[in-house]
Amino acid sequence: MIVQSVTIQGHIIDSLILAKVLDDIVMLGGTFTLSEVTVGTRREDTSHATILIEAPTMELLQEILKTIQPHGAVVETEEDCTVEPAPADGILPEDFYATSHLATQIRWQGNWIDVPQPEMDLAIRLKTSPPSAQMVSMGSVKKGDLVVTGRKGVRVFPLERPKERDVFGFMEAQVSSERPHRHIIADVAKRMKAIHQQRKEGKGSGKVLFAGGPAIIHAGGREALAWIIEAGYIHVLFCGNALAAHDMEASLYGTSLGYNLGIGRSVPHGHEHHLRTINRVRALGSIQQAVKGGLIKEGIMAACVRQGVQMVLAGTIRDDGPLPDVITDSIKAQEAMRAAIPGVGLALLVASTLHAVATGNLLPASVPTVCVDINPAVPTKLSDRGSFQAVGLVMDSSSFLWELARELGWKG
Amino acid sequence: MSRLLMCPPDYFGIEYEINPWMRVSNQTNGERARTQWKTLTQVLENEVGAKLEFMEPVPKLPDLVFTANAGVIHGGKAVPSQFRHPERQGEERYFIDWFTKKGYEVINLNPGIHFEGAGDLLGFPDFWIGGYRQRSDIRAYVQLSEIFQKEIMPVELVDQRFYHLDTCFCPLSGGELLYFPPCFDSYAQTVLASRIEQKKRFAVPPREGERFACNAVCIDRHVVLPTGCPETMAWLHKQGYTTHPVELDEFLKAGGSAKCLTLALD
Repeated sequence: MIVQSVTIQGHIIDSLILAKVLDDIVMLGGTFTLSEVTVGTRREDTSHATILIEAPTMELLQEILKTIQPHGAVVETEEDCTVEPAPADGILPEDFYATSHLATQIRWQGNWIDVPQPEMDLAIRLKTSPPSAQMVSMGSVKKGDLVVTGRKGVRVFPLERPKERDVFGFMEAQVSSERPHRHIIADVAKRMKAIHQQRKEGKGSGKVLFAGGPAIIHAGGREALAWIIEAGYIHVLFCGNALAAHDMEASLYGTSLGYNLGIGRSVPHGHEHHLRTINRVRALGSIQQAVKGGLIKEGIMAACVRQGVQMVLAGTIRDDGPLPDVITDSIKAQEAMRAAIPGVGLALLVASTLHAVATGNLLPASVPTVCVDINPAVPTKLSDRGSFQAVGLVMDSSSFLWELARELGWKG
Repeated sequence: MSRLLMCPPDYFGIEYEINPWMRVSNQTNGERARTQWKTLTQVLENEVGAKLEFMEPVPKLPDLVFTANAGVIHGGKAVPSQFRHPERQGEERYFIDWFTKKGYEVINLNPGIHFEGAGDLLGFPDFWIGGYRQRSDIRAYVQLSEIFQKEIMPVELVDQRFYHLDTCFCPLSGGELLYFPPCFDSYAQTVLASRIEQKKRFAVPPREGERFACNAVCIDRHVVLPTGCPETMAWLHKQGYTTHPVELDEFLKAGGSAKCLTLALD
């Protein structure tokens, strides 16, 4: 696709000039995004629009431009981006361009280059031969790396309205505890089934990402989640020490943080169970060893190991142990999470403020995301990122997982 | 009192072909042209009550007689035309000289933008319409709406025979409109229909449209228009206007009529 930005100014709304230009683009076989529209407030004020035109070939783009220019569309003057070398390892040039989670391109030597894997709050590093660009975190920039500065020669593509007419397609980005949950969960299940089917038929390698907190175990959602994973619906798991520890504690002792999950009561010396679990897994060297060696027979971790789910466990300062798989350097953990993002086609962020927000920050805006938390502040924080495809559900994680599993075919 | 600028047709003739009406082989009759122009001035002064001002004709500028294309004047400001065809660009400095001499604040559009004055920009009190595509560039109207602080709706002209807005569009003093719809693209037709209610719009019949029925001068309740437009006159009478048909066929050979021969100065 070849993209060209044009601007148009004047009394373009009531005169239908803007409508005519957009009609012309579509009739000639192009597509467009209205990236900016400023409407005059008084009658004599003019309006202004910036239109991004996409055409499959350069010839068609030229034909479109030739057709719309007499109606006032002006090709935006394009300039290359500016770059400056990073002054030291881990230090960006003063005026570095801070990224958004929307699809981004930079212009270098007259050509627009895609910056893959959009992520918010990073910088853009340019490699000149051959020209390519990457998003780069502040910490990982090296002295002398060419970093894009200013705003010239950088363009960002607004999110396209998804083709699917489901809950993500409405692009409402609303969070409410008073919205009915059922149809939202049904739509999430539909997306999961579609990805599952495509993978099964070898038609796609899309992944479902699940980021969760230990409340899933405490509240009783473990069984449902383990079934969902075992059935092959989840491909990447982000969590911390606690979710994994309490899941395996449940497998070994039937408790979660000392509470018996069957009878809902604390048991004598139950508070030690998770420590003893962590200790035993540490002795075996990894969660995988614990599952493969037969110590952990069922539950979320067992399902993940059996299904080959890619797991990233990120540590925090309150962790016990931690489990041997936990990455305790938070920057390294962030990098491991970032490396697992490409290919994610749906993200479920359940019952964890820390992991939900961290994952949300790493995801491109184009990934449909559902955030489930009993505390409305978490989904609100996520939807405030500006992704219209983030759906917030204010509900108990266990109820969510049970309902989701049933939509996916669980008979439990 | 309405004031109009006119220019005697001393050097008028067909010396080049820049619109489908002009044929060098179809030469004008100078004597007839001068008589028709004189009649127009008498009707405007004596029957309509307009005050006329005249500029000096210039040899080798046959179209200087069409003063509607001098520029646009409003509120003491004059924006001179920037002609599309080189044949008429020589007129620009004479129009600018006249505006300057008369004390108007002359504001030029950006260079490279074509704009042919009141031939393409006509208005109702609360909004103006700007014709584009044939002679004037749509971009001119962005700058003109800033200069005059007016809403200007650009409309696309699609028939080469009606190359200026004033050849197919005539706003009247009571808010009515004479127009020849096939000269406008469908978007422009929709816009005009939405801005001016149906009972106030008269779509001139093709025969009269081609006689330049819309190239009329409206001052108060008087309309001066070319002869041969009975249906248009009948509609105007029903609206309470007094009509003044004037034979102007010598000027039609160059693609102009009553309106093209005048420029409103107020």
